[in-house]
Amino acid sequence: MGESKLDLLQGTLDLIVLQTLAALGTLHGYGIARRIEQVSGDAVLLNQGTIYASLVRLQQRSWITAEWGTSDNNRKAKFYSITKRGRKQLAEDAAYWQRLSGVMGRVLAMGEEGGDK
Amino acid sequence: MIDRIQELLQRARSFFRRNELDNDLEAEMAAHLEMAVEENLRQGMTEQEARRQAKLRFGGTQQARDRHREARGLPWLDVLQQDLRYTFRTLRRDRGFAIVAILILALGIGANVAVFSVVNTLLLRPLPFPHAEQLVWFAGNHGEGGLSGTTYNVGSYEEYAKHSQSFQEVTCYQAFWGSTEYNMTAHGDPKHVQAVMVANNFFHILGVNPMMGRTFLPEEHAKGAALVAMLTYPFWQSEFGGDPAVLGRTVNLDNQAVTIIGVLPRSFDFASVFSPGLRVDFFIPAYMDEIRNWGNTVAIFARLKPGVSLAQAQSEVNILSPQFRAAHPEPDWFMEYTADLSSLQDYVTGKLRRSLFALWGAVGVILLIVCVNLSTLLLARLASRSQEFAMRSALGAGRLRLVGQLLTESLVLAWIGAMFGVALAFGISAYLAHQSSIVMPMLNTISVDSAALAWTMLITLAVAALFGVVPGLVLSSVKIQENLKEGGRGVSSGRVNDRVRSVLVVSEIALACVLLVGCGLLLRSFLRVLDVDLGFQPSQASVVDIVYEAGEKGEKIGPSLYQIVDAVKAVPGVEAAGVADMLPLDRERGWGLVNSSREYSKDEYQGAIVRIVTPSYLDAMGIRLIKGRDISWQEILNKQPVVIINETGARRHWPGQDPIGHDARGFGKQPGRVIGVVADVRISSLESSPDAEIYLPSFYGPEGAQLVVRSKLPPETLTASIVPVLRRLNPAQPNNAFRPLQALVDHSVSPRRFFVLFVSVFAAFGLALAALGIFGVISYSVTRRTHEIGIRMALGASASQVQWGVITKTMRLALVGVGLGAITSLLMARWISSLLYRTQPGDPIAFLTTVLVLTAVALLAGYLPSLRASRVEPVVALRHE
Repeated sequence: MGESKLDLLQGTLDLIVLQTLAALGTLHGYGIARRIEQVSGDAVLLNQGTIYASLVRLQQRSWITAEWGTSDNNRKAKFYSITKRGRKQLAEDAAYWQRLSGVMGRVLAMGEEGGDK
Repeated sequence: MIDRIQELLQRARSFFRRNELDNDLEAEMAAHLEMAVEENLRQGMTEQEARRQAKLRFGGTQQARDRHREARGLPWLDVLQQDLRYTFRTLRRDRGFAIVAILILALGIGANVAVFSVVNTLLLRPLPFPHAEQLVWFAGNHGEGGLSGTTYNVGSYEEYAKHSQSFQEVTCYQAFWGSTEYNMTAHGDPKHVQAVMVANNFFHILGVNPMMGRTFLPEEHAKGAALVAMLTYPFWQSEFGGDPAVLGRTVNLDNQAVTIIGVLPRSFDFASVFSPGLRVDFFIPAYMDEIRNWGNTVAIFARLKPGVSLAQAQSEVNILSPQFRAAHPEPDWFMEYTADLSSLQDYVTGKLRRSLFALWGAVGVILLIVCVNLSTLLLARLASRSQEFAMRSALGAGRLRLVGQLLTESLVLAWIGAMFGVALAFGISAYLAHQSSIVMPMLNTISVDSAALAWTMLITLAVAALFGVVPGLVLSSVKIQENLKEGGRGVSSGRVNDRVRSVLVVSEIALACVLLVGCGLLLRSFLRVLDVDLGFQPSQASVVDIVYEAGEKGEKIGPSLYQIVDAVKAVPGVEAAGVADMLPLDRERGWGLVNSSREYSKDEYQGAIVRIVTPSYLDAMGIRLIKGRDISWQEILNKQPVVIINETGARRHWPGQDPIGHDARGFGKQPGRVIGVVADVRISSLESSPDAEIYLPSFYGPEGAQLVVRSKLPPETLTASIVPVLRRLNPAQPNNAFRPLQALVDHSVSPRRFFVLFVSVFAAFGLALAALGIFGVISYSVTRRTHEIGIRMALGASASQVQWGVITKTMRLALVGVGLGAITSLLMARWISSLLYRTQPGDPIAFLTTVLVLTAVALLAGYLPSLRASRVEPVVALRHE
């Protein structure tokens, strides 16, 4: 059966969505969902429908904006793009995550070495 | 932080834009799926597989919708909205229940808010002066001896003001209103006006600034200074039409020109704080040198320095007071002054505190009964709704959600009830504020203010929680879905619920019992008070003020009354007429009474209440002459020093002797011969104990003149026939109307009447609720047991046996409730014992009546359902359900 898929921690989806928009510019919901799946190599367990809750939350915090538009193949879709405040938030959150994962890495490594260094 | 607030605002906005946002999401999700299908088709899936895969990857659309709503809106508000909508729907369906519940709540909450407003105004709110907590009242003579005992002479006031260190300032006012009544002629008829004489710093110490003009200058308190006055706001409005040009105008008070220098603000109501029931028109400077020799006339209060406690001030005053006596050998320091300090608030409302708390307690009990009653109503309703709850539960509603629904319902009922209740409270407080016949401090300022509204919110929430919680607990303790299977026998069919219901009814009866006993005790006390031997006959007697020209005060007035009384006696229908300067239950002042031929020790009490009278005052008042005779006109015209004393005075100073013919002292320069002994008259209130009294002929220097007329004719008729006579004989006589003597008694008992009325209404309400509770519960149990009754009847039980069974059950509940209530009542009665008058806290009549009334009401409330039970047709009953 292989490795089971990763359950996303609360709040991480928001960060992923922000990062996706920051990296790729304007995207619609489906595009974002697909992109996340591709980048994570299908490693995360994502019901695509759940990103809409995340999108509306980010919108309410004014970190992203949304606008109805037309997709490449002429379909009406809502397009999202990151705002200036969103970028700022992303920078903060990314820094936090990196620090946290650094700490977690060290903490977990400590166990393997059988005590402190 | 700002982000948080912004998000909250956004969420609130989305709550109201729900449809738009939902439609948006639907369109977005549809587009999402179509794009996924297209991509899958491009990858070579079949149409069917492409669609299936797309949906699979998307996940549940309903979950996506729910999460979307949760993320963007206020989920609890959604739930609340649903519950509210549902609640209104069910209440509309069950209109009878809703109306009864709201009515009960409105009455209960309304009574509570109204009483809270009264308590808040009198006890909780500080007096209407800045830093009122610093104001301290001086009570002389340990609060004994009436107004003359508890007031001070000017000298002692000056000593306190000069020597005490605890106070920022000490001030005083002249408390004998009778000596500051004037005839005002400004325009038209002479008008009788009431002034109050105040010390220079009086307004300053109270923190009262004039609305217009200025307060008194120090030099205006000196004898011979230009005469000035300040107007109260109501007098300025009524007499001068609120004219701002009144400043600098002169008015004629007792033929002396007085300049108006200021108008006091509307918010300053001297009488409502210092002398409820008095109407004050003017303030004038106290001419200290003039009133210095008047004896005890000034009431003192002071403002504490910041950080000084009442106890510290008291101990300083205790040290100072004895020093004054030593420093003042002069004869007008005839007593050693003492001061018992209390906060001004205590002085003003302290006597009412216990009554008000009792009233507060009574409405609290009412509120509890209301809660219990609604609990039983809701329980009964819950039973009939058990299938509905079972269905909702089966459809996925969580237990918490169902209990939440019940609480929402009780909250909605409570809030609607509270709305009507507040309206009721507004009505009651507006009514009270306009009751000039109730002598209570600050009554006119009672209103439902923001504190009362906050209190309303608090009790409404508490009530909703209390009466909502029992059905909620019952609901959460049963297996809701069992009801679906049982065919709706009901949540309530268990024994547990029967017990809950019984406990509720028993406690309701017990609470009602406490209310009824309290009401009974207060009512008995009230009747005892009304039954008191006043010492005079208030019925068929009327009173009018006689007002003299200025300068005719004091000793000249006495003899001149001869003409007036003689003319009044000749008016048809007049049985007796006489004049006294002050009437019992109205005003009093104290002089002294001692037996001239006896030695007195220093501590022996020598005070006596003095009334300066004309002949036949005793007849007009209906005061019983026990021994001797009345004063004669001859004695007044010849200024013969004679005195009539009362029984208490005779007993105290001539124990075991006949005082008639003996000499007495304590008034005037020469001794007076005792010529009569009369029955004791109630002095300041019906409940006060008698004191020595002396009646002196009217050449002694009366303070005003009250004409008492005994006649079967009503006061209006006497006004028409006698006032013209008075005005002919006395040009200064204003157009006053006669008032019944009974009004003095009514006035005096008005606070007690007020409390008794309130408590009786509450007790009646409590009783009605208890009856409703018993009826509801028994009636419900009969309905629920129709089947069982049918079986029993089919097995041979007679109708009367069935009926007897129901009645026994009712009586069992009632007796347990009454028993518990009676025990609680004993505790309650001890707590209110200081409010009782000649009534024991364990008064058997109050207790027995309560027990009988409650039992009778329970019997009646159980009788109707029992009748229904006895008429159950077995065949019909067995088909039932």
